[in-house]
Amino acid sequence: MNDETLSAVDVRDAVKRYGDFTALKTISLSIKDNEFFTLLGPSGCGKTTLLRMIAGFEDVTEGAIFLYGDEIENLPPHQRPVNTVFQNYALFPQMTILDNVAFGVEMRGNSKAEARRRAGEMLELVQLSQFSSRKPSQLSGGQQQRVALARALAPEPKVLLLDEPLSALDLKLRKAMQLELKHLQRETGITFIFVTHDQEEALTMSDRIAVMSAGELQQLGAPTDIYERPHNMFVADFIGETNLLEVSVDKIAQGRATCHLGGGHELTCNQVDDIGVGAKVHMSIRPERLFMSDIPAEAESLKGTVKENIFAGTDITTIVALAEGPDFIVRTSNSDRGNKRIFEPGTEMYVNMEMGAGRLLVD
Amino acid sequence: MAGGAASGGSATTDTYKDARGWLLMPAWSVLLVLSLAPVFMMLVYSFLTKEFRGGVIWEFSLAAYDQFFFDRGLFGDDPPVIEWTYLTIFWRSIWQAGAATILSLLIGFPTAYYIATRPENVRPVWLFLITIPYWVNLLIRTVSMKFLLRDQGPLNDLLMSTGLISEPIHIINTNLAVQLGLFYSYLPFMVLPIYAAVERYNFALSEAAADLYANKWVTLRRVLLPAVKPGVVAGCILVFVPSLGAFLAPDLLGGAKNFMIGSLIEEQFKGNAGNWPFGAAASMVLLTMVLIILLICARQQSKAGKEV
Repeated sequence: MNDETLSAVDVRDAVKRYGDFTALKTISLSIKDNEFFTLLGPSGCGKTTLLRMIAGFEDVTEGAIFLYGDEIENLPPHQRPVNTVFQNYALFPQMTILDNVAFGVEMRGNSKAEARRRAGEMLELVQLSQFSSRKPSQLSGGQQQRVALARALAPEPKVLLLDEPLSALDLKLRKAMQLELKHLQRETGITFIFVTHDQEEALTMSDRIAVMSAGELQQLGAPTDIYERPHNMFVADFIGETNLLEVSVDKIAQGRATCHLGGGHELTCNQVDDIGVGAKVHMSIRPERLFMSDIPAEAESLKGTVKENIFAGTDITTIVALAEGPDFIVRTSNSDRGNKRIFEPGTEMYVNMEMGAGRLLVD
Repeated sequence: MAGGAASGGSATTDTYKDARGWLLMPAWSVLLVLSLAPVFMMLVYSFLTKEFRGGVIWEFSLAAYDQFFFDRGLFGDDPPVIEWTYLTIFWRSIWQAGAATILSLLIGFPTAYYIATRPENVRPVWLFLITIPYWVNLLIRTVSMKFLLRDQGPLNDLLMSTGLISEPIHIINTNLAVQLGLFYSYLPFMVLPIYAAVERYNFALSEAAADLYANKWVTLRRVLLPAVKPGVVAGCILVFVPSLGAFLAPDLLGGAKNFMIGSLIEEQFKGNAGNWPFGAAASMVLLTMVLIILLICARQQSKAGKEV
């Protein structure tokens, strides 16, 4: 098996049970070679369990895991050509930074000198050469994080596993590291599997994202797919902010579904395969896909009153109360204020929906 | 007023400073009365002249040390000759205590590791089980050990019935019996500090080592052991030091041939045959030896801390 479509990691019908508790319910997914792949979900969704199953720290109750075509689920961790960046780094406290990074290279059968040479290179790559003789406790959190990264990359793993590596860093450092990780992945060409509960981080960094919840795969796709075309309630709600509206589908024609929501308002959006006429479902509309006007626009328009404006630097969030029915959140970018209007609280106005902004969700 | 507040603050710290000396009094007096005073008494007694039937005559003498180290006196006309009898006993004590320590480490480390890796709610049960035998007096335990190890005792019966051996192994009155006795007496002192160290150990480090291609043995040697070393050293000291001065196990299990320094000292203070200054001198030699060993350990530890 050596064709070009060979996946880096192939998880086939993997199940993980702890006694009566099922942590993972039959997951199957393929991670492509040279991909930045993210497992995203709230804590307890099984994303870390899946990562640890690939690393070999958890055994697989049922199913199989393949690494570039080789079945690995029965190999002990030290025989799997994957390396992990641990959440709290797990640097060896008694060893110097250089010895930490050299450890894996040496264990792969290289001489101590060769391992140290390689470790030196890796430390240069993460710009920590000057700290090579220090102990981990003498480094800051961000520096330790980069050492952990260098240590995991030094033995040239086929796949790099990252278990929420940025969660302990402050916001600014986290943003910088996100970019650094992304660049590092491009440069090394190694497949990265990244676990996070931070949807923004996932959207920024990933080629593809697997959204997980309650031990199940909810949706798998590119960041734009996941954001623009969420498949179900969970994904729409978990990724970004959205208006979730209870609607009933009245009519489906020419790929468009006409729905109404409480208070008799009518909305149209693209049809979704699994949802037919009469269904009571939810519609998701991203707040930035709505705009306000004093006269009804040509598209979908709903009359309402401004309740509150919340200024948050780059944008302004407006909460609009409809005459009847749910409240809407409308987001206006600060840079867009020339085109889009902001109304004072108490003003009557219309909330308008861009074409194709609404998305019907299966529950 | 800022000045007033500042002086008020410093007055408070001064009050504590005054009180500190008084508050430490109980601790100091315990240390002085129970620890330093007896040692000082032994030191004084070791330089006195012996009274037959026990006791001392208050007259300065180096006879006790002379007797311990030299056959032909240091103060005679001829060159001194070293007395090997007591030094041999001394050397045997070190060897026996060392062997018991190694035995305790080999059994105690896996035990401690096992307990520390159990679920949190069952760990106290295991620790409780480990300490149960210590509710029984050491003398009783050592005597039962003697019955256990006899030629016709349960251990030999068991080994014979399983067919591992065809005739009883002679254990009692050998070095091995003493080592087993010491091992049994002090095992918890090895298990408990190692348990404490392993319990604090971050097991993610073992995972990291396995992730970086290290097998179990390398992980143990290069990651786990360095991390729990303080516990191992503490356990070794806690077993070695009391083993060195033990007298029950060598007396009851070792027979006359396997005399240890503790028995020698004990004999000097028991009954009428004793020689108090000599016993005191032997104690001082033992104490000096233990201090030297502890100093070496401490230096090793601090060197390991600075190094790398």
